[in-house]
Amino acid sequence: MKTKMILAVATAGVMFAGSALASTLDDVRARGKLNCIINTGLAGFAAPDDKGNWKGFDVDFCRAVAAATLGDASKVSYTTATGKTRFTKLAAGEGEILSRNTTWTFSRDVDLSQTFVGVSYYDGQGFMVPKKLGVKSAKELGGASVCIQTGTTTELNLAEFFAANNMKYNPVPIETNSEAQELYKAGRCDVYTTDASGLYATISSFDNPSDHMVLPEIISKEPLGPVVRHGDDQWADIVAWTLRAMLAGEELGVTSKNVKSLASKDNKNKEINRLLGKDTLQGVTKLGLSPDWAVNIISQVGNYEEVFEANLGQSTPLKIARGANQLYRDGGLYYVPPIK
Amino acid sequence: MFFIVGLWRNEKSRQIILQIFVLLCIGWFLSWLAGNVASNFSALGKDISFDFLSIPAGYDINQYLIEYNSRDTHLRAAIVGLLNTGLVAVLGIILATVLGVSVGIIRLSNNWLASKIAYWYVEFTRNVPILLQILLWHGIIINSLPHPRSALNIGDVSFLSNRGFYIPKPILENGIELVYLFSVIAIIFAFLFYKFSKKKQELTGVQYPVLWINLSAIIILPIMGYFISGMPVSLEIPVLKGFNFVGGIHMSPELAALTFALGVYTAAFISEIVRAGILAIDKGQKEAAASIGLKPSKIMKLVVLPQARRIIIPPLTSQYLNLTKNSSLAIAIGYMDLVATLGGISLNQTGREMETMVLVMAIYLSISLSISAFMNWYNNRVKLVGR
Repeated sequence: MKTKMILAVATAGVMFAGSALASTLDDVRARGKLNCIINTGLAGFAAPDDKGNWKGFDVDFCRAVAAATLGDASKVSYTTATGKTRFTKLAAGEGEILSRNTTWTFSRDVDLSQTFVGVSYYDGQGFMVPKKLGVKSAKELGGASVCIQTGTTTELNLAEFFAANNMKYNPVPIETNSEAQELYKAGRCDVYTTDASGLYATISSFDNPSDHMVLPEIISKEPLGPVVRHGDDQWADIVAWTLRAMLAGEELGVTSKNVKSLASKDNKNKEINRLLGKDTLQGVTKLGLSPDWAVNIISQVGNYEEVFEANLGQSTPLKIARGANQLYRDGGLYYVPPIK
Repeated sequence: MFFIVGLWRNEKSRQIILQIFVLLCIGWFLSWLAGNVASNFSALGKDISFDFLSIPAGYDINQYLIEYNSRDTHLRAAIVGLLNTGLVAVLGIILATVLGVSVGIIRLSNNWLASKIAYWYVEFTRNVPILLQILLWHGIIINSLPHPRSALNIGDVSFLSNRGFYIPKPILENGIELVYLFSVIAIIFAFLFYKFSKKKQELTGVQYPVLWINLSAIIILPIMGYFISGMPVSLEIPVLKGFNFVGGIHMSPELAALTFALGVYTAAFISEIVRAGILAIDKGQKEAAASIGLKPSKIMKLVVLPQARRIIIPPLTSQYLNLTKNSSLAIAIGYMDLVATLGGISLNQTGREMETMVLVMAIYLSISLSISAFMNWYNNRVKLVGR
């Protein structure tokens, strides 16, 4: 009888715990901070600066979501994850967003019960070699030792690329980018392979960047973007539209410099008015956001172009060209749905 | 009711009732945990399924003892990883045992310097975390050894580089059967000769140099077979081709670092166990053996070690278990063991963290239980039999 009582109470407890789950947005607001899962260290994307603050492209995206939801881009606490632990950490609720160079694939989207909300960086896997090796093409890499980050799509691409070209190689699996750099520098491997953006980031952190080169072949499609847990559509929409607001900002010429003045006047382009909350944008309240959400994003973090240039562009050691990461009108792949 | 009170008052049945109750509590707790996992999983929209084991793994593994390529299944990748775990565990156990027993005996020697060196070795290695030692060995190998193009050349057949150690690989050709046959004959001879000389000693007291005769038989007979059948073994010598050496037997820096680190670390513990076992033998035993005229080496072999062995084996078992489990730290340097394949890349590619982790734990548990079972069997064989 007693055991039954305990069982009943316990079962009820579990059931109530299940139904009492609040929405992700409510959790974030109640906490007053956004938990964001980022890379353990990749120059330009997520790396601590000399004061110990996290800086980078992926980090700025976390800040943009905090600006949209909490009105303050600084209210983010960061959790780092390796390629292997990131999905488990997201699933376990250690963060509301996974903003960590994560490739959007079918299986990850569907089978792992996650939602990819968009692409923030179009990338592709490449190879980097020391120039003194004299290699000019990835097709000459037969027999090489290849350093590779485990728990990523790069492993599968690599296996397919070498098999398709009938070449053998010796994979050297490594957990993090910084460990891979050490092994590459020590000569444990001839080649380091990861997303091209990661290669540029790695080279930029070397003492002699000019001694190394990225080979011309890009062997895969790597659309990188933020990921959220499956099941909370409101939250997924918030994160997706944060990214689109940054892109729309670039498209409409709204920058962190002029956003405040544009927001306070009636613009000819009504889309700017709707983006910045001057004219009513139907559904913003349904999303749980205040009308100035996009103003907060762009004034505190910047539009897509500003964030890209500040972290990855020509003024940074990485010197990555925009390439595919331009708006469609400039020849890139970003085509933002209308803000209306 | 009265019956139940009666059962409760009886000490024996009360104990049984209490034990059943505790067992039920534990069982209920475990099933509650499992149910909790299941409900959390369904809340996340995940199911529990082992179907992923039969789909292609898609990734390559740099060291495989059975044939493997990226089109093989996750299950096969897991087996490749398991064999790699087994390889490093066996190599580590051999190294740890040889080194540990030697150091344990050296520490007891009267040579002050040797005993102090052994002492410092033990104190240093067993007090530094094993993970650091693995990283240290790996760092030493990849940073201090040269690039393959300027590898240390040992007689043009073996090479040391920061990509690992390369030695010639024997290739067996036709006629090798004769060598096998001669080896079997040698072993049978050695066994029979051992029995014969033991009997002879019991009857007449005459002693033959059994070890030397048997050792020579086991070495010389197969060599004779090798020459008679026309030298049917050729060597595949590693050669530098492109980026790396090709051919021969390759020991990767990761395997070497892991074997050294695990062997050297565990040897420190084993040496203390051996020392304790030897010191536990009463001094009177040695004095008695000496008084009947046995030489010191015979005293060690015939009187001290057989008794010490009984004390040594149970703790030695747990050292073997520790070594095997510690081999899962391989992941720190990228050695592709069971944790790195099934519990690492397969987990990540399929997203089945619960299933892969349960499998990995079950496999480690069965490895450990098998080692224990074997050592228990051995312990039963050598333990003091009451007559």
